[in-house]
Amino acid sequence: MSTALRHQVINIYKELLYLGRSYPLGYTYFRTRLHKAFTNNSSLTKEEDILRAIARAEFVKKEIEALYYLKKYRAMSQRYGHG
Amino acid sequence: MSTLRILVPVKRVIDYAVKPRVNKAQTAVEIAGVKHSMNPFDELSVEESVRLREKHTQKTVEDILAISIGPPKAADTLRTAMAMGCDRSIHVEVPEKDEMLEPLQVAKILKEVVDKEGSNLVILGKQSIDDDSSQTGQMLAGLLGWGQACGASEVALDGEYLKVTKEVDGGTETVKGKLPMVVTTDLRLNEPRYASLPNIMKAKKKKLEKKKLEDFQVRAENRLKNLKVTEPPPRQGGGKVEDVDGLISKLKELGAL
Repeated sequence: MSTALRHQVINIYKELLYLGRSYPLGYTYFRTRLHKAFTNNSSLTKEEDILRAIARAEFVKKEIEALYYLKKYRAMSQRYGHG
Repeated sequence: MSTLRILVPVKRVIDYAVKPRVNKAQTAVEIAGVKHSMNPFDELSVEESVRLREKHTQKTVEDILAISIGPPKAADTLRTAMAMGCDRSIHVEVPEKDEMLEPLQVAKILKEVVDKEGSNLVILGKQSIDDDSSQTGQMLAGLLGWGQACGASEVALDGEYLKVTKEVDGGTETVKGKLPMVVTTDLRLNEPRYASLPNIMKAKKKKLEKKKLEDFQVRAENRLKNLKVTEPPPRQGGGKVEDVDGLISKLKELGAL
């Protein structure tokens, strides 16, 4: 794997780990699953495969951010909304 | 066309997902060792100021200044605000204790900051989720003698004017006011972005000015005293009845028949 790609993978992993800190089911739950997901793809060697995996990680990141927003919005709407 | 200098006051509160507990002395809510984060309504106001800049130009929105008045850890909240897009921030440090500053004192401090920094738009959350006073924005507008638009669900800049849409019973209400103005945010104004790790790292380079309460002409004593804080009574569980007769006798017992 080229160093540039390697950096990208490590960066997205770090970002996901950071997001996991506020995961509803707990950090340990999140971390073990995230680690497994990355290990499963550790054998990828072709550049396009790796790029596809990174794109998927970016997608997951967006999904988790959306999940957090929705969770907060629903809680706030329940407490302060017009019903 | 004038340039905007936006002031965004943010508050560090107990995280929305945490169930608050009353302390043993029944004087306040337990805050030690509890997860804190930025008041959700303040996230909306940070997001709205950043969106105003993105929608218009860097020139139109000259400065976005975040301010927090709170314990030393409120600096983390300011970092989050800067990670979301604020340019710089001021932290007015007050010692950590059970009693919080009252909305009037906060409004007075904010007024001094507005005068000093030359802000012409203040965007606040409509209330904080800890004391739910919903007073600071209104008091600040009163002290400054500015127009106010509270509970905004849409904000549009039109030259020197600001058009604010609010959700009211059975519809929406649109108000238009000339700058300078005070706006408070409601829940459906926008979707706040997540302060990502790289942005938090970048925010560490932004300027965070530390101030003390003594730098302002505000007295720290509160006018109100919290007499007692209690938790709501636990919910009484429901009961099952065997048959119709059981139901009727139960209803009679409760005086419903």
